[in-house]
Amino acid sequence: MPDQLIFGMEVFLNGLMAGVLYALVALGFVLIYKASGIFNYAQGVMALFSALTLVGIMEGQIPFAHLINAIFGTELHHFGWHVPGILAIVLTMAVMVLLAICVQKFVFRHLVGQEPIILFMATIGLAYFLEGVGDLMWGSEIKKLDVGLPQGINLAIDETTFGWFGYGFFIDNLDIVATIIAALLVAVLVIFAQYTKQGRAMRAVADDHQAALSVGVSLNFIWVMVWSVAGFVALVAGIMWGTKSGVQFSLSLIALKALPVLMLGGFTSIPGAIVGGLIIGVGEKLFEFAIGPLVGGATENWFAYVLALIFLVFRPQGLFGEKIIERV
Amino acid sequence: MFYREAGDFKTSYREDNQTFPIKFDRYRYYSVMFAAFAVVPFLINDYWVNAIFLPFLIYSIAAIGLNILTGYCGQVSLGTGGFMAVGAYGCYKLMTAFPEVSILIHVILAGGVTGMVCVLFGLPSLRIKGFYLAVATLAAQFFLVWLFNRVPWFYNYSASGQINAPERTIFGIAVTGPNTQAWATYLFCLVIVTVCALVARNLTRGMQGRQWMAIRDMDIAAEIIGVNPLKAKISAFAVSGFFVGIAGALLFAVYLGAAEAGDSFGITKSFLVLFMIIIGGLGSIFGSFAGAAFLVLLPVFLKNVLVGWLGWPTDMAAHLEFIIVGALIVIFLIAEPHGLAQLWRVAKEKLRLWPFPH
Amino acid sequence: MKLKLATLALGATMAAAPVMADLVFPSLSYRTGPFAAGGIPFADGYADYFTLLNERDGGIGGEMASVPECETAYNTEKGVECYEATKDSGALIYQPLSTGITYQLIPKVTADGIPLHTMGYGRTSAKNGKVFSHVFNYPVNYWDGASVGVNHFMKQAGGSLEGKKITLLHFNGAYGREPIPTLEALSAKHGFDFNAIPIDYPGQEQKSQWLQIRRERPDFILFWGWGVMNQVAVQEAANIRFPMENFMGIWWSGSENDVIPAGDGANGYKSLQFHNVGNDFPVFDDIQKYVVDAGKAAGAGDQVGTVLYNRGVYAAFLAAEAAKQAQAANGTSAIDASMMRDAMESLEITAATMEAAGLPGFGPEFKVSCENHGGDGLAAVGQWDAASQSWSLISDFEPSDGSVIGPLVDADSAAYAEENKVAMSCN
Repeated sequence: MPDQLIFGMEVFLNGLMAGVLYALVALGFVLIYKASGIFNYAQGVMALFSALTLVGIMEGQIPFAHLINAIFGTELHHFGWHVPGILAIVLTMAVMVLLAICVQKFVFRHLVGQEPIILFMATIGLAYFLEGVGDLMWGSEIKKLDVGLPQGINLAIDETTFGWFGYGFFIDNLDIVATIIAALLVAVLVIFAQYTKQGRAMRAVADDHQAALSVGVSLNFIWVMVWSVAGFVALVAGIMWGTKSGVQFSLSLIALKALPVLMLGGFTSIPGAIVGGLIIGVGEKLFEFAIGPLVGGATENWFAYVLALIFLVFRPQGLFGEKIIERV
Repeated sequence: MFYREAGDFKTSYREDNQTFPIKFDRYRYYSVMFAAFAVVPFLINDYWVNAIFLPFLIYSIAAIGLNILTGYCGQVSLGTGGFMAVGAYGCYKLMTAFPEVSILIHVILAGGVTGMVCVLFGLPSLRIKGFYLAVATLAAQFFLVWLFNRVPWFYNYSASGQINAPERTIFGIAVTGPNTQAWATYLFCLVIVTVCALVARNLTRGMQGRQWMAIRDMDIAAEIIGVNPLKAKISAFAVSGFFVGIAGALLFAVYLGAAEAGDSFGITKSFLVLFMIIIGGLGSIFGSFAGAAFLVLLPVFLKNVLVGWLGWPTDMAAHLEFIIVGALIVIFLIAEPHGLAQLWRVAKEKLRLWPFPH
Repeated sequence: MKLKLATLALGATMAAAPVMADLVFPSLSYRTGPFAAGGIPFADGYADYFTLLNERDGGIGGEMASVPECETAYNTEKGVECYEATKDSGALIYQPLSTGITYQLIPKVTADGIPLHTMGYGRTSAKNGKVFSHVFNYPVNYWDGASVGVNHFMKQAGGSLEGKKITLLHFNGAYGREPIPTLEALSAKHGFDFNAIPIDYPGQEQKSQWLQIRRERPDFILFWGWGVMNQVAVQEAANIRFPMENFMGIWWSGSENDVIPAGDGANGYKSLQFHNVGNDFPVFDDIQKYVVDAGKAAGAGDQVGTVLYNRGVYAAFLAAEAAKQAQAANGTSAIDASMMRDAMESLEITAATMEAAGLPGFGPEFKVSCENHGGDGLAAVGQWDAASQSWSLISDFEPSDGSVIGPLVDADSAAYAEENKVAMSCN
């Protein structure tokens, strides 16, 4: 087999893995958009916030230590205990649920029935707010996140493919784990949405707020639930990316990676987010591999958007989006 | 009470349709203009100009531009940063290629170039709508920044990849470069802002503006009553691009003096300008100013209060700044979802009736 | 419009001029934003060193030093605001620690007559003092860094780079592209293959780049990154099992922050340094005693001895030395920015100066002149030891290849002078 083809296959596989991670971030957007029509700009910041909280809890950091020290002149930093990963994840989840309740109670309950752009704006305010709170609570230095996920090249794949092609493929263990977790998460979400009472209620709300309200679905509860689930997705995404790069400000920028995925897959479709993620992941990696060197590289950022744009010109509602029927 | 309308009769359509139909409003407008042109230039120093007035004025132009596209024509765009970069790099290329031509002409030409680029990226808007379009314009944002980074011709092959604004003068007074006077740069921007605002106001209340608004409210219905969507959308992109390009050119040449595509015209700039028009009020020229003022002045003000007065550590003040700005956005939205302009309109209405509200 | 007036009234009171006194060293720091992790220790070190001088020596030559801090968040527009807010307070020197802000300040400081010191960053061709009268970038710049790095690789490869392959992995922006002309010139001189792989901001996702590296198998990698890009690159290098001793970062990619998240995998990673590492210097004992223990530290006090903290200390040390020499030259303790500039132009750092400041052997010895604002371009190579969690220098401060860099500096500064009609000084 020619070298380029083998290399291409390796890039393709890595693109798939990256795509799963993009899909994971995009899922958070889709969930909220589907259930409440809110385009949640704060999703990326939520990933950062949840990861910061997770590390903070694991390390036994005192929240707002910096602020407390500045006001009272104390020297507090740590509680002096370490919380095991699983427990910390549960505690972080509790914080995210609390956040969801607050968001619903203080922000979106007052904005029911507003236009989408206003709701979008409110999430921008939320993003600013969370960014400030996250930093103030836990400090803005880089934190190492280690919940025990494996990292580094997967030797089994390396050796097997070396046996086949004479060139070992590079697949990161973390990516494999991430793929498995993301796949599980998606399966759970689909089952949840299709087969549980709350899931059905959620879909009912997504279809028609008023109709759902009239058959006795509590909008408040559903929206808190959706925000909690989105918080959970953000936490998972935060763990995956945070393990690789340490937990720091840039985590909040991963939202940008999810936008083309959303466009491509449609804002309202869970399968769309997954397929869109895979297409974007593979597309941008293959483009960088094949065309990147010719035009000077670093094409991934814009190519994802151009790819999505081309798709949209042919399917304006995205791959799996609901068909737009326009009436006067 | 505050607005005395008694005796303020209109005898022609022209009078009735003017921008400030109430006499009091009109005088207030004149006095603001007078203060801006004849009082402020004598009072300001470098800090006031560079920290407050220039960014405020320049972002106002950008916000007006985006407001025409998003607020009046309903096409959400997140490519503003990229289009501003087109204006900046266009201005730089023109400034260095034709040093003898007036900077004013360069700025306007840079706006024209940006308008054309904007039209190019606006073409998909005929197919793609709503948030999908917003994300599609991000393609323009990322591609343009990448392009300006990639092609050395745009930065005249300098080793650093930065562009620097050389000194250019108007009537012999420097308005770009290091040796500018505070009042000169201020007046230069103020004149451009005033002209832009007048042009925008008159475009949006004329036939063109009504076409845009028809497209915004429902494009299919607009098409049925005879508005050409191609022409309306493309013209909105062109006009918007023109203003945004001017803003980009001024931002680079007059305000920053040096720029790099990724640093100064990144995605955050696109979001910032969009935030401005949403906070200020979509579909309102006043809203563009109000939004720009809110997002430019508030952080500076908070910083000065928290650090300068209360003596807090800078990092904590910066975090608190985020929290306060975020909370204020949410509070404003809950109080008045249609932006500061609507808040102002409501307040005005109340003041007109006060003290006899019934 | 009305809003504007209201804020004007409010703001009139807030811009009250700071008191003119002391020696003012404004610190345009960033403790928030995408690069906060790098900005915090530097700002701490910068402030703590001046606090130490105040507490231990009663200031510099009897004048207290004040370090007003202004948060830029690495944002150029906030940088402008900070500069304008502090420049009239008697600011002696600016060290913005940001390429973007540096480029903006170059024309401004020149017009305002305040020296700008960009230590190991900023505009490389500012080394040419004839064109850039108020900009200093001693002791070393990016092109020196690239050259010293290549020299180190040459030694490592047994004296010749003929037929070897060096890849530059870099931030896709002005900062990252700086070394490309130098490396191209060096590649022609030493006969190695050179290619550059850019990474877009923020650099959270670098799979493509590292797959390309894995395919092309370069012998050596030079790395110009900042922020999250550093951590991810080191992690990915460990993942593909690239030999870490052949992977070298510039000084901005060589702090504890960058290697700790990758754990043991980062062992052996190299980076260029222009000052010493670790806290084994007398000055740190003093900082601990007079500053940290006295509760006067700028930060939490836990950064003392880290690479970027040391850099902040070094920056403050060079500024303080220049201020001392200015005081000596002018016979007055109350110096102004132009005296400071003149002193920086004749600054000489010797082993004795460093010794006296409690920093023996901390940086290279160098000398600044009117024509040469960049010092002698000496840099050392540091290496990370994951077991002891510490950096250590594995070479002396070695010179760069002046025959390659000199012409490049002249060409770039001449282009700037031409475009901006700058009159040459130093005649």
